[in-house]
Amino acid sequence: MGRYVARRLLLTIPVMLGASFLIFAMVFALPGDPIAALAGDRPIAPAVAAQLRDDFNLGDPLWLQYAKYVGDLVQGDFGTDFAGRPVLDTILQRLPVTAKLALVAVLFEIVIGIVAGVLAGIRRNSFFDNLVLVSTTIVVSVPILVLAFLAQFVFGLKLELFPIAGVRDGWYSYLLPGLVLAAGSVAYVARLTRTSMAENLRADYVRTARAKGLKPSTVVVRHTLRNSLIPVVTFIGADIGTLMGGAIVTETVFNIPGIGRAVFESIQRQEGAVVVGIVTLLVFFFIFFNLVVDVLYAVLDPRIRYD
Amino acid sequence: MSISSGATAAPRGGAVGSPLLAVDDLQVEFRTGSGVVNAVNGISYTLAQGETLAILGESGSGKSVSAQAIMGILDTPPAHITGGTVVFEGRDLLTLPPEEQRQVRGPGISMIFQDALSALNPVYSVGFQIGEMFRAHQGLSKKDAKRKAVELMDRVRIPAAAQRVNDYPHQFSGGMRQRVMIAMAIALDPKILIADEPTTALDVTVQAQVMDLLKDLQRDTGMGLILITHDLGVVNEVADNVAVMYAGRIVERGTVDDVFSRPAMPYTEGLMTSIPRVEAKGGRLVPISGQPPNLARIPSGCPFHPRCPRRRIGAEAAPGRDCAVDHPPLRLVVPGREAACHYSEEVLGV
Repeated sequence: MGRYVARRLLLTIPVMLGASFLIFAMVFALPGDPIAALAGDRPIAPAVAAQLRDDFNLGDPLWLQYAKYVGDLVQGDFGTDFAGRPVLDTILQRLPVTAKLALVAVLFEIVIGIVAGVLAGIRRNSFFDNLVLVSTTIVVSVPILVLAFLAQFVFGLKLELFPIAGVRDGWYSYLLPGLVLAAGSVAYVARLTRTSMAENLRADYVRTARAKGLKPSTVVVRHTLRNSLIPVVTFIGADIGTLMGGAIVTETVFNIPGIGRAVFESIQRQEGAVVVGIVTLLVFFFIFFNLVVDVLYAVLDPRIRYD
Repeated sequence: MSISSGATAAPRGGAVGSPLLAVDDLQVEFRTGSGVVNAVNGISYTLAQGETLAILGESGSGKSVSAQAIMGILDTPPAHITGGTVVFEGRDLLTLPPEEQRQVRGPGISMIFQDALSALNPVYSVGFQIGEMFRAHQGLSKKDAKRKAVELMDRVRIPAAAQRVNDYPHQFSGGMRQRVMIAMAIALDPKILIADEPTTALDVTVQAQVMDLLKDLQRDTGMGLILITHDLGVVNEVADNVAVMYAGRIVERGTVDDVFSRPAMPYTEGLMTSIPRVEAKGGRLVPISGQPPNLARIPSGCPFHPRCPRRRIGAEAAPGRDCAVDHPPLRLVVPGREAACHYSEEVLGV
């Protein structure tokens, strides 16, 4: 297992190099002149513009720009944006916000998704089961943008239960955006858990558990739920990686200063260093959480062994 | 561990002592979207201490379903027990509250299944799964339960039990896995063990070892053994009495020696002639023609009549004994032998 993890961690290096180069190349290929855009309508002295271009290596060819960037990066220097602010500062400021939002979303997935899925799976074809099937279908078919505005309008504006936007109320202000962000995954987790439970309830070892005279609650929790959660945990783990990438729509609608919006704004300003720095970090998170999932998978299912 | 041993094994043939279990007119049906499937249609039998009763039948004859009904582990829905009684230790199990029924499973009656790989939970160690019996019924701690599990694994002759107690089911061979199932089933010294095709998934040499183990355990504990199987060889080797099932009914019952040497029901007769025999080398096996009946549409009269070489229909039949019309009840044909055939005497040649 240890060797497997080490090998997987080593593999992240080429993946991150490849990913960061692709992103770098895409920002490089964007049309327009970032320095002119930075100046806006005001004329800018040619000498100043040339100085800026030189500072940010904008006159160099792509490969040289990238090489200089990676050279700085391995020394721990993420570079600065055009305003001179270190990219690392932006990351450290924005990432905790997104992490909180992702955490709230994952908690919703675990609590609502799994509970609804388990109850629906145990009582198949019941009223509750049908309720879960219908509501999850609605949730996955409505675009997140609509959900976000709807939630903001109903719970924020009309019922005044939650703040409409911003993060000034601490954890409480993350609840509504977290729920909106998680909605699709909650629906997916509920359905996955339901199917998995229903399938496992018919398993031979559940019949054995009943034949052993175990309590009905033990049969369900220990011999059905435990086995049913293996695919669910796998999905949720991988989803954390996705959620850490931030949610541009949710963060924009609810005015949350997270990493997703930082990327979006940097793309508009063609701030190559910021975009590449953040996105490469996100790629790392994604790989990392997938590795955690794979390790967890072996812990949950003893039939899986990596060595 | 010492399992109290009050009784000695019953001699081969015939019931000994008062019945441990009395099943009377048990009926089970499956209600599905496409109709009602009559899986078990009124079966009755008794089992004595130390007795081995083989329930013999083809797939779909209702032998497993009736066993699961006795255990109270049928999936309801779709299965519904629609009639009958199952009396164990003076109580009808079918009318017991669920909690009391649960307490019978394990210490009273326990069960082993055909395919131990799928019947054991893949995510728990075998020691944990055996130990669960003690934790659920005797409230033992996890540690004590594991210690008991090692003793049981020793008892069912799993080599190096202490080292293997934390292994998972997939790390065992098929025969060893079935021993784990047996260890689990005998953990609480049950009065009755129901073995549902315990050796079907195993190869022949391992089959013999597992059957030997079951017989030894039975000799030590005096438990009653219900052996559900379609393997005539296994029945012949280990059972005292046999009940032959067809279309959810018992169609013949008697001692193994009697039934095997002189069947009183044409279906049993057909089964016997389909056994390969060493002395008949080179000859052809005689199969029973036709297919087992669809349990959603069981034929009228005798359910076996469409396949029966001895059937008498219409003018051929004696009054009230038309095989296609009149249902033959299970009746005493000669002492110690019951059969459900209008013409058993003729089959027996008495």
